[in-house]
Amino acid sequence: MTNGVISATPLLEVVDLARYFPTRNAFGRRTGWLRAVDGVSLDVRPRETLGLVGESGCGKSTLGKTVMGIHTPTAGEIRFLGREIGRLRGGERRRVARDLQYVYQDPGASLDPRWKVARSLHEPLQIHTTLSHGDRAEQVQAILRAVGLPDAHLDLYPHELSGGQQRRVGLARILTLRPRLIILDEPTSGLDVSVQASVLKLFRRLQETFALTYLFISHDLAVVRAMCQRLAVMYLGKIVEVGEAAGLFDEPRHPYTRSLLAAVPRIGGRRVTQDFSLEGEPPNPREIPSGCRFRTRCPLAQEICTEQEPPLRQIDGRLVACHFA
Amino acid sequence: MDDLLSVRGLEVEFATDQGPARVLDRISLDIGPGEVVGLVGESGCGKTTLARTILGVLRESGGTIRGGEVWFKNRDLLREDPGLVNDEVRGRAITFIPQDPWGSLNPLFTVGTQIMDLMKWKSPRRHEQIRSAAHGPALFHRYPRGRRRADREATLEILRAVQIPEPARALGRLPHEFSGGQRQRLMIAMALLPSPDLIIADEPTTALDVTIQAQILRLLRELVKERSVSVLFTTHDLGTAYEICDRVVVMYAGQEMESAPTDVFFHRPAHPYTRSLLDSLPREDGEIRDIPGEVPSLIDPPTGCRFHPRCDRAAPECKTRRPDVELVGDGHRVRCCHPLSVP
Repeated sequence: MTNGVISATPLLEVVDLARYFPTRNAFGRRTGWLRAVDGVSLDVRPRETLGLVGESGCGKSTLGKTVMGIHTPTAGEIRFLGREIGRLRGGERRRVARDLQYVYQDPGASLDPRWKVARSLHEPLQIHTTLSHGDRAEQVQAILRAVGLPDAHLDLYPHELSGGQQRRVGLARILTLRPRLIILDEPTSGLDVSVQASVLKLFRRLQETFALTYLFISHDLAVVRAMCQRLAVMYLGKIVEVGEAAGLFDEPRHPYTRSLLAAVPRIGGRRVTQDFSLEGEPPNPREIPSGCRFRTRCPLAQEICTEQEPPLRQIDGRLVACHFA
Repeated sequence: MDDLLSVRGLEVEFATDQGPARVLDRISLDIGPGEVVGLVGESGCGKTTLARTILGVLRESGGTIRGGEVWFKNRDLLREDPGLVNDEVRGRAITFIPQDPWGSLNPLFTVGTQIMDLMKWKSPRRHEQIRSAAHGPALFHRYPRGRRRADREATLEILRAVQIPEPARALGRLPHEFSGGQRQRLMIAMALLPSPDLIIADEPTTALDVTIQAQILRLLRELVKERSVSVLFTTHDLGTAYEICDRVVVMYAGQEMESAPTDVFFHRPAHPYTRSLLDSLPREDGEIRDIPGEVPSLIDPPTGCRFHPRCDRAAPECKTRRPDVELVGDGHRVRCCHPLSVP
């Protein structure tokens, strides 16, 4: 744990988690490993929103999916509600899904077009609970109202709803089981700002109503700043900095975090196009640089960076993986 | 007229099952030489349709032009001979940068083949021999060796300008061998190669990461300012518009609502819609303000001002009177019955 401010035991604890994918040549023979998530430790505390940011290909979605059980971990542990869940199989693993849910970019797109909204919302309860039809209907109505839709929508098919309403139904479907932790994977990418604002507002309201905890995966730093209490920054499969969101935005310690924040257009401020200096693109994750992974683009890089991989060190209540932080 | 491009009262309709949808409603837009104009608005407001109409590829997406004019270098592109527009304007004087470079590069041919194929038809040096080879099927047109060599030199120079490493070798590579950022650099190079007067860039950085986006925006701005090329830059990201544009136009439900120089637009907006849009950006203190309601249907748009059902300043008058575009300041135009006061 980073500091003693919040003493509650974490809801989710990830310890040295790794997920490698084999890379194969044209004959299907394995030629190496793509280390998408490579030794990540993280904890998510009850009722907080933890932001997980990084550029595409840094492994943030793989991390989310490994926690959710969509990928099996190559190494490391996932402790959820005090229990190791990374190695669970079959029915045992499925029972975890009651408390741990995953929301894709557009939750509305996962609705069955041939099912009425009511059936879609009843299904999770039928699978995971033994409630009677009447009890289920009551719960479904309550959830639908919580996401801001009228009861009449229960009798509609997804195509009769607007995109925003479909999204709300998709969220309602996830909420019917009253999960504890929800992993939101890029929930606002591709949305217009005004729609984005209403989606974020909805996430906030639901968090209060249902005492939810969010792991908020996003590449949009402005959104993350508005939504999250804490933030973890990933680069090429590793976490480079973790800390309170406000402090991290005001005074980033890792050179990568600094460049990332500097790249965000800020209306009214100086223009990024005038003085943004980070050169190059992230290296191929199949050929990870030796030592510090960021050194190939880092303005501070020195010899030690090629030789030693910097560990996550605690500096002023923050975790930073840099030799010069 | 000193504007390079001048769109006047453009009206475009799409036929739908429920009736015609008026996607552009008497749009007017001017772009001066060397000016970078941002076209912002929510999805479905008509920005892409406007860009397509200017390019002259509207019919391919099923729209019908109901009226208006598109003046480009004192020629009305809508009434000009289509063959001439195809030959001298589209892809030559007006080029295009797409949102997704994957859709514009053939995965089976090397980048060099594709660029040279473009140059064969759209090279600025083409007019030197165009008349002699202008008959017979396209397949048999010759590509004179001298011009080909000159075009290749120009290509290598542009690839260096967009910072593609080892340009000569890059020409022999296939599109998948480039990263997303580099592919977008290639698209910028291809848009600049015909020496255009105007580039239409349709959300060119939406698919990129922020650090790459910052690099591409800087590169694009430098290159177009150097060559004094005008750009019409459509985006739904206001931050990007702030970065790159000299002037910003905001559209809502097929109409232009406000047009102002970038600093005025972001600091002293006069239209309530512009202000709501700026307010709905995530703020540092974590407060989130959305715009109530949804984007209206274009088949049966609201009477009067199209924004009035969602506007916090709406008066009874807004429901009945259709506001016209009025000049409220230097280069600052607004379509609103009750604009916010402009100092």
